[in-house]
Amino acid sequence: METNQYLDVFIDESKDNLQVVNDKLLELEKEPTNISLVEEIFRAAHTLKGMSATMGYEDLADLTHKMENVLDAIRHEQVNVSTSLLDVLLQSLEYLEEMIMDIADGGEGKKDVSKVVTQLQAIEAGEQPISEVESNAATLAESPVDHQMKVDQFEETVIHQATSDGQQVHYIKVTLSEDCMLKVARVYMVFEVLEQNGEVIKSVPSVSELEDENFDQSFEVILVTGISEEELEAKIMKVSEVSEVKIEDFNKLMVDQPTVEQKAIKETEIQEEEAEINQNSKTSEDGTKKKSAGNKTIRVNIDRLDVLMNLFEELVIDRGRLEQISQELDHNDLKGTVERMSRISGDLQNIILTMRMVAIDQVFNRFPRMVRQLTRELGKDINLQIEGAETELDRTVIDEIGDPLVHLIRNGIDHGIEMPEERKAAGKPETGQLLLKAYHSGNHVFVEIKDDGQGINQEKVIKKALENGVITSEQVGNLTDRQVNELILASGFSTADEISDISGRGVGLDVVKNTIESLGGSIEIDSVYGKGTTFSIQLPLTLSIISVMLVIVQDETYAVPLSSIIETAVIKDTDIMKAHNKRVIDFRGSIVPLVDLKEVFEVPSNGKEQDEFYSIVIVRKGDQMAGLIVDSFIGQQEIVLKGLGNYLTDIFAISGATILGDGEVALIVDSNALIK
Amino acid sequence: MTEENVMNEKVIVFKLQDEEYGVPVSYVGSIERMQEITRVPKAPTFVRGVINLRGIVTPIIDLRERFELELTDYTDSTRMIIVSIEDKDVGMIVDGANDVLDIPVEAIEPPPEVVGSVDVDYIRGVAKIDKRLLILLNLDKVLSKEEVSKLETVESS
Repeated sequence: METNQYLDVFIDESKDNLQVVNDKLLELEKEPTNISLVEEIFRAAHTLKGMSATMGYEDLADLTHKMENVLDAIRHEQVNVSTSLLDVLLQSLEYLEEMIMDIADGGEGKKDVSKVVTQLQAIEAGEQPISEVESNAATLAESPVDHQMKVDQFEETVIHQATSDGQQVHYIKVTLSEDCMLKVARVYMVFEVLEQNGEVIKSVPSVSELEDENFDQSFEVILVTGISEEELEAKIMKVSEVSEVKIEDFNKLMVDQPTVEQKAIKETEIQEEEAEINQNSKTSEDGTKKKSAGNKTIRVNIDRLDVLMNLFEELVIDRGRLEQISQELDHNDLKGTVERMSRISGDLQNIILTMRMVAIDQVFNRFPRMVRQLTRELGKDINLQIEGAETELDRTVIDEIGDPLVHLIRNGIDHGIEMPEERKAAGKPETGQLLLKAYHSGNHVFVEIKDDGQGINQEKVIKKALENGVITSEQVGNLTDRQVNELILASGFSTADEISDISGRGVGLDVVKNTIESLGGSIEIDSVYGKGTTFSIQLPLTLSIISVMLVIVQDETYAVPLSSIIETAVIKDTDIMKAHNKRVIDFRGSIVPLVDLKEVFEVPSNGKEQDEFYSIVIVRKGDQMAGLIVDSFIGQQEIVLKGLGNYLTDIFAISGATILGDGEVALIVDSNALIK
Repeated sequence: MTEENVMNEKVIVFKLQDEEYGVPVSYVGSIERMQEITRVPKAPTFVRGVINLRGIVTPIIDLRERFELELTDYTDSTRMIIVSIEDKDVGMIVDGANDVLDIPVEAIEPPPEVVGSVDVDYIRGVAKIDKRLLILLNLDKVLSKEEVSKLETVESS
C-alpha cells in the first residue's frame, strides 16, 4: 500500500480529532443541551471515520461509524444526553485511542469492540428504532445534491434558539451579474460580509461547492443576525458584481413547518434532563469558550526538530571553540566576526528553543476524563479545575512529566479527597476540589496539584516511616513539618492502609520524585491536616542548553549551572570558621557551610599546595546556601546538556555532562544534591 | 534471540591478559582507539569515566578491572569496544581487538564448572576453534548493575 507516507499524518490528525471528541464530550456532560457541541463531536468523528476508511482500518472506521450514528441521533434529538450514554461514548473513545496507539506502534489497529458496539447499537435502536433510517435520511438532506432550502432538525434548533434570543433569521438569495469573472472571489466577499454581521447557518449550494464554482449565478443562505434586512442588503450590494439581493424573514417562510411544536416539547424534556444531570455532576460552569485560533501553522515532524536541535548543539560546541581560539589569537577582525556569530547563534538558539515549546495542555487534556472515571469508580465527588493549560514547556519535559502528574493526581483522588459522607461529617462541601495549575516564573515553570482533602497525617507518616526504616527514632525530633511531609516521597513508603487499584501499585511517590529530579526539577509538599495538600513541582523551561560556570578542581573541569549560583567569591583561609566541626563562612551576614568539591568528588590531587586564598562558588537550593570550594574559575559559558547515558544513572551530585570546545567531556555539578 | 536459529555466530575477538574473548558482532557498534576519558566521581570502580564519542557522551568500563585482573598501562594496541545492549551504550577497554570469527554453534560449550572455582555468571560459554579457546561473554552480566547498586547503597548510608 502506498499509504505509508500518510501514516504519520493520519495518526497525528486522528489523535487531534480524538482529543476534540474527548474535550467536547466532557463539555457536553456539563451542558447536555448544547447541540453545537454534538455538532463538533460529530464533525471530528466523521473526519476520523473518513480517514480511517481511506487508510484501510476497517475496525476503526466501523466503530467510529457506530459512534457517529449515536451522535447523529443525539443531534436530531432522538436520544437524550445522559451520563450512562456518555459512559458508553467515552468507552468507545478509549477503544478508538487504543486502536490508534496500536497503529502508531505498527499494529493493524484491530480490536474486539463488539461489546461497546452492542451498547452503541442498543442506544441507537433502543431509544429510537428507526434512527438508522432517519440518520440516513438526514445525511441525504445534508448532501449537496439537494438544492432546496430545507433545514434539518439541528439547523432548526439553532434558528429557533436565535429567534427566541431576539436575533433575526434571514433568508438571502444573492445573484451575481452575468459577466462576473471571479465568481468564487465574489462569493467569498459576500460570505465575509455575512459572517461579519451574523452567522451563516446554511447555504445552498454548500460552501465547498461554492468554492469550486459549482453553481450558476445565484446562491441562497440562511443567516442569523442582529441587523435589519435593509442594512444587510446595502452591505451585500457593496460587493461589486452582485446584481441582486433578495432578503426575506426566514421564519415567515417556515411558518407552516410542522415540527416546531414537537420540538418545543422535546426541548422542555431536555431541559428537565439537563437540570437533573447538573444536579448529579455539580460541575462548575465554565463560561469561557476557547476558540481555536486560526494561526498559520505547519506540522513538522518532531524528529526533524530533534535533528535541528542536535545540529545546533554541535554548532554551540564549535562556537565555544571559536570563542576560545579568537581569545587566544587576539585578532580584532576575527574577534568581531566571532562576536557577531555568537550573537546570531544566540538568537537562533532562542528561536529553536521556542519552536520546541509545547503547551502543557497536551499533558493536562487527558486528565478530565481520567478524573471523571476515577471519581465514578471510587464513588467520590470531585471537581477538577485546570488553570494555565497554555503554559509552554520544552517538549522533552512535556514527554516526561505526564506520568508523574498522573501519579500525583491519582494519589490526590485516592488518598487525598475523602468520600462525600466523610467530607460532610468534617463540615466540608461534599464536592472535593482538585486544582491543576501551571504557570511561568523566571526560568522555571511551576505545576501545582492542590486538593482540599484530608491532608497528610503527620503522625501516621512518622509511624510508617519508622516501621519501614525510612528514618530512625532519633531523627524524628529534628524533622520540620515540611520534612515530615516529604517523607512520603521517600522510597519504600506508602500510607494507604490498603493497596488499591488507583494508586499504590507498589510504586511509590519516590518514582515521581526521581523523575522530576532527573528533569532538573524539584517537588515540594505543603499540607495542612484536614484541610488539604498541595504538591508543587518546579521544572526548568528547557533541558537542552543551559548557562554554566566552568570551574577547575585540581586537573578536572566541572560545570555549575548558573541558575543555582548566587555569586562567586575569593576568600582568605582566615575567614573560614568552624562550627560543629564543619567549615563555614560568614557570607553577607549568614552562615554558609563550605563543601570541598575535591573531597566530595574524590578528585586525584595534582600535588599543588592550597594557598591562603580559596575560590568559592556560592550556590543555593531554596533558602539554603552552600559554598563550593574549587581551585579556579574559567568563566561563564553556554553549554549543551547531555546525559551520562542510560548506563550511568544516579551518580551522586552529577546531573549530566557536556562537551567543551576542545572536545573533552565536563561533568555538570548538581548542587542541589550537595545541600542537605 | 536470532543467534540460536543460525548455525554460525559471528563474534569480535578481543584480548585480555593472555586470553581471548568474544562478543557477538550484533552488539558491537564500533571499535575505538584510546582517547581522553573524563573521570566520573563515585561511579563503580570499573567505570573509568566518560568519553565524547562523536558528540555522544559514552561511559567506558575497564574490563581488566571488571574481571579483577591485574591492571596494566594502556598501550598502542589498547582499544575501546563500544557495545550497545538494550538502550545502553558502553565502551569496554580491552588489550586489543583484531579478529572477527564465525563460531559454529555446536562448538560452544557451557562454562566449565570446577569445584572450588568462583562462579562467574558473565561467562556464557567457551568455544574451541582449532587450538584457540574463546571465552564468550554474557554482556548483560558484564555490565551488571549489581555492583553499581551495591555502590549506591554505600553512598547513601
